[in-house]
Amino acid sequence: MALAESRARGASSAASQLPWLQNLNPAAVLVAVVVLIMPAIASSFVLTQIFGWAYMLGTIALSLMFLAGYGGMVSLAQVTVAGFAGYVVAILGVNGVPGGRGWPWWLAVLAALILSTVVGAIVGALAVRTEGIYTIMITLAIAAAFYYFTNENYAIFNGHTGIDGIPTPVFLGVDWHAPIPFYYLTLFVAVLCWLAVSYVSRAPFGLALQGIRDNPRRMAALGFNVNAHRVAAYVFAALIAALGGILLVWGYGEIAPGAVSVSAAIDILVIAVVGGIGNPIGPFIGALIYVVLKTFALDVLVAFGLDGNRFRLLIGLGFLAIVFFSPDGVIGLWARWRNRLQADSAPPQKAGDGHG
Amino acid sequence: MDSVAQRLSAVGSANALELRGVTRLFGALAALVDVSLTVRPGERRAVLGSNGAGKTTLFNCITGDFPPSSGTIRFFGEDVTAFPPQERIRRGLRRTYQISALFPRLSVLDNVYLACRGVSRGRYSFIQPRRSDALVHAAENLVQAVHLTAIKDRFVAELAYGQQRQLEIALALAGAPRLILFDEPAAGLSPTERAELIEILSSLPAYIGYIIIEHDMDVALRVVERITMMHNGRIFKEGAPQEIEADPEVQELYLGGGHA
Repeated sequence: MALAESRARGASSAASQLPWLQNLNPAAVLVAVVVLIMPAIASSFVLTQIFGWAYMLGTIALSLMFLAGYGGMVSLAQVTVAGFAGYVVAILGVNGVPGGRGWPWWLAVLAALILSTVVGAIVGALAVRTEGIYTIMITLAIAAAFYYFTNENYAIFNGHTGIDGIPTPVFLGVDWHAPIPFYYLTLFVAVLCWLAVSYVSRAPFGLALQGIRDNPRRMAALGFNVNAHRVAAYVFAALIAALGGILLVWGYGEIAPGAVSVSAAIDILVIAVVGGIGNPIGPFIGALIYVVLKTFALDVLVAFGLDGNRFRLLIGLGFLAIVFFSPDGVIGLWARWRNRLQADSAPPQKAGDGHG
Repeated sequence: MDSVAQRLSAVGSANALELRGVTRLFGALAALVDVSLTVRPGERRAVLGSNGAGKTTLFNCITGDFPPSSGTIRFFGEDVTAFPPQERIRRGLRRTYQISALFPRLSVLDNVYLACRGVSRGRYSFIQPRRSDALVHAAENLVQAVHLTAIKDRFVAELAYGQQRQLEIALALAGAPRLILFDEPAAGLSPTERAELIEILSSLPAYIGYIIIEHDMDVALRVVERITMMHNGRIFKEGAPQEIEADPEVQELYLGGGHA
């Protein structure tokens, strides 16, 4: 329990604020410094194709982590919501398809965020009637339905071809399409979403969501409207997923049905689980692993004389290893390693102090 | 919805709880048959009966977890028969569960804080509470009342069984309870823990009434002023503890049956 460990150490409770500030540890500071000075040391390829991409996928996976880790609801429709937001920006904003609406970017983004919360609420309203595996099934059905719809519908979604020619906006005097600005834009959104999820997890809304995860019936007996709370969680998660989806559209300059396919939905699930759904940082670690594997596994496999298209095999094996050895993902491995280190170095009289 | 003033004025005149002809069917099985029961404000009552007598089903009907198949339930004069559980909870009804129903991956204090938050506004608040927050104070006081302050930051999953039972009571005390339903609070407790439980129950403010399901007659007789006996989904006897103990029919059915 990565979340459990970090919270136990900080002895945080409903009363304590900003646990991530109290728990400021050297590893976190190091990561912060590295990601901030990255543009000074990394090539544009690494900036956008590795880190920028990982931040965007991580943001979408974070929305799943929020639902699954705090709410106990595994939704495969988070990519659908992200892709929907991307499509709204593509369709309403400037694009390369004849008959584009050409709205200013900020208006298109605003519309995308508002409409995504509506979609999130609808997905949530359908999904909260079910539990466990049935939640996965119903959200999978929604994801599949949206994929086939975008694939077949030419009037709005331009079918299989999708929509291209979407410019990354220029605002505050910065061309955000350039590698370094785009890197910082994705980093900013990722950090913002991460802070929001971390903060909300200790606010009444997030605490109640965790209570619902642990025991929905008791939460109703305490005066909470369990289903309404769950739907609200889907709406909040939809906002985060939508931000990730909009960035992806800007990054690629296009969107096609492949972006909302079932395999994309499963990729996000894999990212969240591999990284760890017990802590909001998990999805970003998972996304970085996924992106690195997807980018370099091909070369590595070819170097070993294997078929480069087998990179999914590597990801699959990694996924198996993670769920087998550490249900809390990579972040769980890290927490366990750190605890062992602390247990070894702690003076005897202090052992177990953090746990009372 | 009634205003607070209307509800408060009803307190003086109305019974805390009034069941009229409550029946609950599970398919062909009648778990409760025509149960009528009146509990005065502040009254402390035990419900006794063998396994399958319908005691827990009675609680589930009162809280709204299972709505009754027929009959009416009034809570402080208000007909709550059709209300969902959370609406009854917000009116001052509380319950504890036979099997601890807590939030194992949250801390002791967070468990109680959620209970306090559930019956107040801001259930959907995105703003973290400050240390000075009134509800945080209320939660800390309740943790104190059930003697768990020393372990308030521990995760509930790590607690001993008896501590979890004490936490159950703290959750039921959150907000402004007027009537609490305790479902076998002493089950599985050691003699020392039972003594602590009796002390906690006896020290509740006089305006808080409760109904307690309890197999342990020693606990039940010490903390209630009235006993209702149930058998096969029906109420068959009601009276003061001494009357019930002395009743030959009761002795044959329950006390003599080796259940005590």
